[in-house]
Amino acid sequence: MNKLRLALYIGIAAVCLLGFIFPYQHPHFWWQKIPVFDAVFGFAGCIAIILFAKTLGHFWLTRDEDYYD
Amino acid sequence: MINIVPPAFIYFIGACILPFLPGRRMKQALALLIPVIAFIDLLHMPHGVYWTYPFLGYELVLGRVDKLSMVFGYVFVIISFLSILYAIHIREYGQHVAAYLYVGSSLGVVFSGDLFTLFICWEIMAAASVFLIWYGRTKASLDAGFRYILVHLVGGCILMAGIVMQVVQTGSIGFSMFDFGTTAAKFILVGFIINAAVPPLHAWLPDAYPEGTITGSVFMTAFTTKSAVYVLARSFAGVEILVWLGAVMTIYGVVYAVLEKDLRRLLAYHIVSQVGYMVCGVGLGSQMAINGASAHAFCHILYKALLFMGAGAVIHVTGKRKMTDLQGCNLYRKMPLTLALYMIGAFSISAVPLFNGFVSKTMVVAAAGKLDRPAIELMLHLASIGTFLSVGLKLPWGTWFGKPDGIANEISPAKEPPINMLLAMGLTAFLCIFTGVYPKPIYDLLPYAVDFHPYEAGHVVAALQLLLLTAAAFWIFIDKLMAGKPAVSLDTDWFYRRLGRALFRFCNFPLQRFSNSIRSFTTGGTARLADFSRNPAAVLELLWNKLQGKAMSDKYPAGRIHPANNRPFPIGWGVCASILFLFFYGLVYLRLFTFF
Repeated sequence: MNKLRLALYIGIAAVCLLGFIFPYQHPHFWWQKIPVFDAVFGFAGCIAIILFAKTLGHFWLTRDEDYYD
Repeated sequence: MINIVPPAFIYFIGACILPFLPGRRMKQALALLIPVIAFIDLLHMPHGVYWTYPFLGYELVLGRVDKLSMVFGYVFVIISFLSILYAIHIREYGQHVAAYLYVGSSLGVVFSGDLFTLFICWEIMAAASVFLIWYGRTKASLDAGFRYILVHLVGGCILMAGIVMQVVQTGSIGFSMFDFGTTAAKFILVGFIINAAVPPLHAWLPDAYPEGTITGSVFMTAFTTKSAVYVLARSFAGVEILVWLGAVMTIYGVVYAVLEKDLRRLLAYHIVSQVGYMVCGVGLGSQMAINGASAHAFCHILYKALLFMGAGAVIHVTGKRKMTDLQGCNLYRKMPLTLALYMIGAFSISAVPLFNGFVSKTMVVAAAGKLDRPAIELMLHLASIGTFLSVGLKLPWGTWFGKPDGIANEISPAKEPPINMLLAMGLTAFLCIFTGVYPKPIYDLLPYAVDFHPYEAGHVVAALQLLLLTAAAFWIFIDKLMAGKPAVSLDTDWFYRRLGRALFRFCNFPLQRFSNSIRSFTTGGTARLADFSRNPAAVLELLWNKLQGKAMSDKYPAGRIHPANNRPFPIGWGVCASILFLFFYGLVYLRLFTFF
């Protein structure tokens, strides 16, 4: 497990670095010019999706399995 | 002169003769041969409009063949072969018949050039596919099948209404771009988007697909939604509302998938999400966007079938369908091949570079960028994070790995699925990687010339950043994601499952009671009126007595106003009165007649 974690860290460091070397060739929006935008967006977006879905589930959507029976 | 037949007929004829062939091997051989014949047929179909038949003063067109219809035609035939290979061990041949009627009718939809043919094929699709759910033979699949067919029949009625309006207004049954301003077009659009599973009309999909048979659901992932995408691309390209519906769809499916524990229901929510990219692309309407939508339909059909095959293999072997039952069972030791093949599908749907989702999904996103739609681009981007989170990380973790929950829940008989299942998965996985590494064959099929290069360095790096950081966030929240017992998530099917039932109860109980009370009141009233007319004099006398506070008269003991043998008027009086009435009525009638 620790090896996998290490690999993940190295991978993240590598792609963030590569982001500076290889920018978007045809950026349409300002954020595509930021080298690590996709990394930040991926991390924040993933957490946002999890928290949003879980909150929605907790307060509203989730019901017992026999709800429709 | 065209010697070939419509590909739909190949499937229809095959489905009709399949059950009557002797021997299991013969049946299997024919089942595998039908898609091969259909593929050869497709290769020989020139572009153009043919197979036209006059019908009630209109012209039915069974073959409107151009690049757009060919993309869908090819992928439908390819996936029908892979799906039937996955299902070839099934001895219940009715399933194959239903599947081939379903495939044939969706090919009919794709090549139809008029609204009548389209509608007929549309309905056969619904009627044939519901059997793939009912063959599940559980109460849940029976109920889900009924809900599925009811939703599709409602959709069919709305479509029919739109078609009738369209034909009345324009006098033509041609199926081409509609003028979105007309009511007819709006009805037709609603009919189409029910099949495309666009929220809030999508709930039939995650409701029904997980209840189908293991092999039937693989068929279902390919045809209904994607034929709807085709008809949308054919007739509603560039309609603005589809852009937003599509973008919302992508995120809607992703959010629900986070809550889901049922393997195939999670994947079904990701069909909603992925079809969102196609609907959005159709709405954007530019050549690149339509190309993207078509390419994504092609790739999606391949990897989604592979994902359903993988999940289906686990269910087939273990008999368990929820991550809560599977996590911690260390299935990766017993089904490593299935895991590997599933992961190819998962990487494809997540748009990992070198897998086919990357060459098609990015085209839709790039089209949104090119048209300068920042909000849409970000929404589509966000949805692809959720896709990797649920399909690429959560599902495989919860199914093949996961922490044991204290109980030694080893699934002892678990092993790799039958060889035909593995073979079908292997071929599909090969196609996913092949088209991912070398997308030219797909790009050549697309309706417009492609000017898009997915493998630009910056593009690839950005995709890897997105995916790796999603994995990091998953790692942090892994326990939170896996926590919780199996549950149902409320969705728009609540309206017909709970509200519908509440309406039924309301009709049954208070409304019925109200109706009964009205009935007893009115029948009681008539009974009293009948009493009164039997003996008006007695009733009046009794009332008079009551008003004066006198005791009941001896003549009518206990208020009985018509004691036996106590008729105040002989029967002749009645006869006499009616004859007189008739006489005067006749007199008045005649007078009126002569005067006017």
